[in-house]
Amino acid sequence: MTETLHHFRYVASDRRVREDRRFVAGKGQFVADVDLPGMKHVALVTCPYPAARIRSIDKTAALKMPGIHYVLDGAELAEATAPLMNGLDTPDVPRRPLAHEVARYSGEWMAAVVADTRALADDAAEAVEVDYEPLPFVLDAEQAMDEKSPLVHAAHGSNVLLDKSFVWGPVDEDFADSPRKLSLRLKWARSATVPIETFGVVANWDAWRDMLDVWASIQMPRYADQIAAALKIPLSSVRVHHDVDVGGSYGVKRGIKHTVLAGYLARRLGFPVRLIEDRLENMRGGDAHGPERLFDVEVTFDDNGVVRSMKMRALENVGAYAGRSPFQLGKPVGAIVGPYKIRSVQYRAIAVVTNKTTQEAVRGFGQGPTNVALERMMDEVADALGLDPLEVRRRNLIRHEEFPYTIPSGSAYDSGDYETVIDKVLADTDYAALKAERDRLRGEGKLAGIGIAACLEPSGGNATFEALLNPNITTSTFMDSCRINVDGSGAITATMHTTSSGQGHETLVGTVIGEALGLDPDIIRVTRPDSLNSLPSGTPVGSRMAIMLGGAAFHAAEKLKTKLMTIAAHDLRIPFDRAVYDQGNVYDREAPQNWRTWADLVTIAYRNYHRMPPGFEPGLAVSHVMQVPTGGVLPTADGRVHMYPCFAFEFHLLLIAIDPDLGTPQILRYRVGHDCGTQINPKIVRGMTMGGIAHGIGAALYEEFAYNDEGQLIAQSFMDYLLPSAHEVPPVKIIDHETPSPHTVLGQKGSGESGYLGAPAAVANAINDALRPLGVSINTLPLTVSKLGDLIAQARGR
Amino acid sequence: MRIELTVNGKKHALEVEERTTLLDCLRDHLGLKGTHAGCEHGVCGACTVLCDGAAVRSCLMFAPQAEGFAVTTIEGVTPGPGELSPIQDAFCETHGMQCGYCTPAMILTAHALLADNPEPTREEIVEAISGNICRCTGYAQIVEAIALAAERMRGANRAVER
Repeated sequence: MTETLHHFRYVASDRRVREDRRFVAGKGQFVADVDLPGMKHVALVTCPYPAARIRSIDKTAALKMPGIHYVLDGAELAEATAPLMNGLDTPDVPRRPLAHEVARYSGEWMAAVVADTRALADDAAEAVEVDYEPLPFVLDAEQAMDEKSPLVHAAHGSNVLLDKSFVWGPVDEDFADSPRKLSLRLKWARSATVPIETFGVVANWDAWRDMLDVWASIQMPRYADQIAAALKIPLSSVRVHHDVDVGGSYGVKRGIKHTVLAGYLARRLGFPVRLIEDRLENMRGGDAHGPERLFDVEVTFDDNGVVRSMKMRALENVGAYAGRSPFQLGKPVGAIVGPYKIRSVQYRAIAVVTNKTTQEAVRGFGQGPTNVALERMMDEVADALGLDPLEVRRRNLIRHEEFPYTIPSGSAYDSGDYETVIDKVLADTDYAALKAERDRLRGEGKLAGIGIAACLEPSGGNATFEALLNPNITTSTFMDSCRINVDGSGAITATMHTTSSGQGHETLVGTVIGEALGLDPDIIRVTRPDSLNSLPSGTPVGSRMAIMLGGAAFHAAEKLKTKLMTIAAHDLRIPFDRAVYDQGNVYDREAPQNWRTWADLVTIAYRNYHRMPPGFEPGLAVSHVMQVPTGGVLPTADGRVHMYPCFAFEFHLLLIAIDPDLGTPQILRYRVGHDCGTQINPKIVRGMTMGGIAHGIGAALYEEFAYNDEGQLIAQSFMDYLLPSAHEVPPVKIIDHETPSPHTVLGQKGSGESGYLGAPAAVANAINDALRPLGVSINTLPLTVSKLGDLIAQARGR
Repeated sequence: MRIELTVNGKKHALEVEERTTLLDCLRDHLGLKGTHAGCEHGVCGACTVLCDGAAVRSCLMFAPQAEGFAVTTIEGVTPGPGELSPIQDAFCETHGMQCGYCTPAMILTAHALLADNPEPTREEIVEAISGNICRCTGYAQIVEAIALAAERMRGANRAVER
């Protein structure tokens, strides 16, 4: 475990996760479990072409089918609603729930059918006849940049949504001076998080109260705001129910188009409407694909392998519409040099539209692919010099004594001890012995390789990547909040103000408040009021909740303690600074025999106003809305920006063997050193890290939303899109280290993206190390069995 | 059509469309919401229930096909309101889940495994759950939960109910 000696009572101890009890009994409340009286079901008509003009939609036959209530098309919806929120200022790239006039990817939703049951709705959807005029299309990002390519959005005049360059530090000088250079082209394939629960939403409009009630499997900042804006109703007429358990998300559950569609239908038809994606919708028309990114990286370095400067071009294929996805090119700016002391950087971020499914946020918000590019580059530098890749990393790492460390793009890394984390991993697994094992396997005719990755996980940020890439956005905060009420019986209820998708936030809030108050966390009730009864919350994205919700809960508890001490001091007739809070009771520092119990203080606050400090608010209610630590600053004119308060570190080390005849990779050993500061609940942090590694192995080896040349998505089921099963995920030993963050209340950093941000890089490096004896390398993810098999066969045939 | 199903020890006479899956029947006709739809094409295992003690995918079975079997859902292995079976408790002890969506199916699969094999090796546990996809955990704490449950149940020295 960790080396730091804690004085915590509950934090960092091996406590159970309170949410688990309901889940093991099948008593979570997921959106598909919401069953409203009179609720009808939606099925979707989808476009079979990657691009087509819509000539007409004939609903006649569908409307005659049994149990059918309505068929909605894009023309009606476009007339009645505003386009969905766009992150960039690209008004001529409007995004709507149903295609209007032109369809832009295969699987795009054309019409919505409402029926008594989902099965009847599906039957009728097949009877909706759409007359299409197929149009030319473009799938590849580089081709999309070519002026001769078909335009996905003709009115925009180009397929380029964003093309922004930054120079941080003396790049030209460093490149001119440096003795050695190399370049690398790397492709991160289109994959995603693909939760086991698909996205779903239930909407109901109450015309007598002017209220849209929404239950959804959602993980999205400003969800209610976007619904209200699109439906053109006041935000106070949208009530999102946060007590819906979300069956996994890891970024993608942003079903805004689903919700606007269901909300419109519920209001138009006067009954509750439910839209639950089936797996095909989830994978195709649900708009939940992740980054598809082409990197061109150039670096300069010296004979010792010290990397001085880097040029990175990242070309992102965002699919047919924009949304917020281009911002995934912005987040990596916050850790653009990883854990290394690269002194100057040029970065060009390009986002293009193509005729593929629309992209959404995926775990890490673009940092995962960038980390692969950085870590593959480090291995290439080592290879170019004939040095050990671990040694090259050591020569470039930011050292413990150099924190806080400001990188060229403006981030001030909070804390870290990268060397020690690596040393602890190597103390567990002898590196020389691991290399000997690899060489022994090679001697037996196997292809074996060692993979290393040293990566950062930025966490808790203020989303100023938006302002960085779109100067018209001036948002410099990303709040979260907690309210605590001690009731008239003395029981404690705390609130949080968003949904969760498996991160254990109720446990987080209970543990932090219990710690602050010195009371058993299990007696603290945690609830989730609906959006109209909530304080501001940014939702669980960007590994922020331990920092932001944990911080808000801690500060609210501190306010409560101050309140209790003020009441007690007044009742004990002592100055405030003599009052000492201890596990719910308050005593006089100078006369400890004089004290007031929790029950006394509750009685005073609720019933004995005559004993309260004059003018004091009765009751015991407190709340705290938390600003991002170190946040509140917009990017500078030259594009420097500090976005994230905390940076966790992870060091992956693994041994892989590839069957030389079949191309099948097998991970034989996996170790990871992980430092996310104080772990509020170690069970949760471990699970996140393990799950992230599994997800990263999937992205590196198996998962791809592949398209054929006709523009059809060919990964349409779990038989084509391969999620790692228990067989594919090896046992992983996690070696914890703890460097507290100076910016957070308990020293915690985020960990929701841990594992995923390093595993793909480590696996890619291991595969390339295994291939090295054949004189070949591969930088096109995923490194599938078929690609590896072909590559090996070719190399051996030479 | 009219069918008769035995679910969690109780007989139900139901009127269903022929094409109704066992999954939809359990959820929509019997209100047993602990059985979850994941892929609805038989790969992810989130809809797993027990038929005569064997773990099966309820999305691949029509409700009429379940006649004559003793169907067990997660509600059927939960001893009572607020009470957990040893396997459920072990999942809580190791935190063998995150979002909880695949969890009921994972626990039913574990029940089926431990009924046949009270002392499974790690490999046998991995093999047993390899048809249940969990996207959150990377499986480590699930494997540990099942091993812990097995150990505790052996210690309890009593037969596993199936």
